[in-house]
Amino acid sequence: MSINLALIGKVYPITSPYEVGREKIREFATAIGDFNPAFHDVAAAQALGYRDLIAPPTFAILVTFRAASIAMFDPELGVDYSRVVHGEQRFTYARPIIVGDRLAVVTTIENLRVAAGNDMVTTRAEVFAHDGELVVTAWSVTVARGPAGEQS
Amino acid sequence: MTASITWADVEVGTVLPELTVQLRRVDLVKYAGASGDFNPIHWNESFAVAVGLPDIIAHGMLTMASAGRIVTDWAVDPGAVLEYGVRFTRPVVVPNDDDGATLQITAVVGEKRDDGTVRVDITAKCLDATVLGKAQAVVRLA
Repeated sequence: MSINLALIGKVYPITSPYEVGREKIREFATAIGDFNPAFHDVAAAQALGYRDLIAPPTFAILVTFRAASIAMFDPELGVDYSRVVHGEQRFTYARPIIVGDRLAVVTTIENLRVAAGNDMVTTRAEVFAHDGELVVTAWSVTVARGPAGEQS
Repeated sequence: MTASITWADVEVGTVLPELTVQLRRVDLVKYAGASGDFNPIHWNESFAVAVGLPDIIAHGMLTMASAGRIVTDWAVDPGAVLEYGVRFTRPVVVPNDDDGATLQITAVVGEKRDDGTVRVDITAKCLDATVLGKAQAVVRLA
């Protein structure tokens, strides 16, 4: 099986909004062992100039992972999802995610290639607030290991 | 932690306070729940072995989040991170014991830009082997 290179540039429909909750930010920050007050204490976040808690930088994966999965599961793409690993992740931020954000994601297949028997899928996920403001852009490289591609 | 790092204080080569992070099996379960990433390679040993891994491995995103903390702990405003990216070069194997995996996180200022930002180059090691490649964050300092 191999990936369908014709899908480079395919754009998926915008996702329904994900509403960022205060307790979800606290839960996520706790799960990554991060007790920075800006992620837990509203007064501390406000002292930095934010109206409410902000989210740790990698919180964005909550919304972009789901959106990128839609692309990865696209039957036209032909990826063996049982053999995928995360190869690379990059975010650029226009501002931090904050409590109350309603975030919707547009995912684009930015690149597809085959290297050493593995399928490499690069997705770009643009995360928009409800007013259309771009908040975060996330690039993910997912690697589907080929059956022969044994590696250390 | 110093109270306020400013752009003026920092030079290329400035070393950030280092960080040690323990990742145990329970931390992976917590991260799975909080993130919604329930891939069994992060909690089911027989599944992990069946797909060719030595044992359960940490979520790459949990390693990325742990390593990024060296920057957000250091910057006065953790919301001032403008970019953060990593390559997942080696899996972090998490044994089923009290210690789990230990990540040693170090970082150094790699570039100082005229716009008030700096690029921080991060190194994350587990058992003396680097687990992230090209781990870099750009952060705005006061």
